[in-house]
Amino acid sequence: MDVRTRTRSRYSRRFWPASRGDRALGLSAAVLAVLLAVFFILPFVALVWRALTLEGQVAAGDLSIVSAVVLSLGTTAAAAALIVLLGTPLAYFLARGRFPFKRALSVLVELPIVMPPVVAGLALLSAFGRRGLVGMPLAELGFTIPFTTLAVVLAQVFVSAPFYIRAAQSRFETVPREYEDAAAVDGASRWAIFRLVILPQSSRALVGGLILSWARALGEFGATLLFAGNLQGRTQTMPLLVYGALERDLRITFITALILLGLAAAAFLLTRWLSGADIDEDGDFSAGSG
Amino acid sequence: MNKHKLTAQLKSDRAWPLLLILALAACHGGQVKTQEITVFAAASLTGAFSEIAAVFEAENEGVRVLLNFAGSSQLAAQLTEGVPADVFASANATQIDTLIAAGWIDPGMEIPFAANRLTVIVPADNPAGITAFEDLARPGIALVLAVEGVPVREYTDEIVAGMPPGFRDGFYANLVSEESNVRQVVAKIALGEADAAVVYDSDVTQDLTGQVHRIPIPEERNVTAAYLIAPLAASRHRTQAQAFVDFALSPAGQTILARWGFSPPPE
Repeated sequence: MDVRTRTRSRYSRRFWPASRGDRALGLSAAVLAVLLAVFFILPFVALVWRALTLEGQVAAGDLSIVSAVVLSLGTTAAAAALIVLLGTPLAYFLARGRFPFKRALSVLVELPIVMPPVVAGLALLSAFGRRGLVGMPLAELGFTIPFTTLAVVLAQVFVSAPFYIRAAQSRFETVPREYEDAAAVDGASRWAIFRLVILPQSSRALVGGLILSWARALGEFGATLLFAGNLQGRTQTMPLLVYGALERDLRITFITALILLGLAAAAFLLTRWLSGADIDEDGDFSAGSG
Repeated sequence: MNKHKLTAQLKSDRAWPLLLILALAACHGGQVKTQEITVFAAASLTGAFSEIAAVFEAENEGVRVLLNFAGSSQLAAQLTEGVPADVFASANATQIDTLIAAGWIDPGMEIPFAANRLTVIVPADNPAGITAFEDLARPGIALVLAVEGVPVREYTDEIVAGMPPGFRDGFYANLVSEESNVRQVVAKIALGEADAAVVYDSDVTQDLTGQVHRIPIPEERNVTAAYLIAPLAASRHRTQAQAFVDFALSPAGQTILARWGFSPPPE
């Protein structure tokens, strides 16, 4: 939309016959919308402003930010790899397979999306803790999971895999079955069908789902704190450092928060771009309402 | 007829925000009579201060006490960020001093009101077979402590600083998690997820018998934790805040604290 048409449409709206009630309603709706928009924007602006105006510097010997960034990137990469490796087949069977309790499994797999993370942490402890269902026999073999970097990865997979599985499953479901049948008639193996027919048609959705999963894993806090504990270099990821450093050094808190925010924004923009959202239309919309 | 109905509808639609504001105002008006004071207290005071607050409320009609328990360092951080409160009870002097320096507590208003000693705790089944404080440096023990800045950690570090260097290295190498307050530390032991922790004597409450086991720290190595309380300078209920501080220092308050395992404040 160019400037001229927009101006004209604005004028035509003004001359549109409207009752006083309509006008009042429109005005109050606009006020309410602006209130909420400001409520969303203000905290980001304030966070960046405070981070940039903090005085002094982080002590030179303090490596907590570096080790949290390294740990976060490492664990989320491991979690993303596990999610692709294990989540893709699961999503495929949920989309294509026929087996008992499929619906129930489908719901259970998505539950962590709405589950409070701290409850997820408690559930993980109940399963893999030293007194857990699986954790106890493992502990007797001399293998404990809580308070290890592995626990961090498990917590991340648990809370974030559903985003990938959901995206993959719903994409797999929309690939027309005829393509698969045709390939099968041509003598393609199941693996070849998956690799050559389904995967090429789903790659965008899979990458988009994976980025969402990764961003969720990066922000994981509650389950990690409960299940993996908090120790610099081993289990203290960036969100745990944001929380922990509040009592120690606000600069560390704000710098880490900014890094997290930047990574999350980048991930989000990437998914928007991948899902083919029209950037131009978007820009126009924000200019029109601003 | 139809048109009239519509205007009536519109009018009532436009009236509801006003009604909402009036309703909110009415609610607010109704609450003015009870006074609420907010008390920020160290996590180790959870049991004792819950009881003190209940008795204080019973003795002072129209006063409600809102309690916020967390690590003293976390509370101090919240207070310096301007979270409103009326009273602060800290497990050490450091956090009070921080608030005095930042102007949130007037100098000289802080009073010691209780004392505590430290102890080692292990899960009831003592999976690592710990029998003495010296065992905590043994390789392979999963040790949980509060994070640096939390008073109980500072007292623990003080004890460890007095031990031989070999012990110190082994002790900190065993650390698997640093918790934000002492009650989180206790919880990790009660859950059986770690082998040992250093907490306050008073943390081993009645509720925990059967879940955790205490291993005393030798008297000559142990340190005394001094708890301080003060009204906050920005309190909007100074009289009530002072009354709460006085009550914690009164014989009634001290009896409750003693029942929860605290000693009288050091002279």
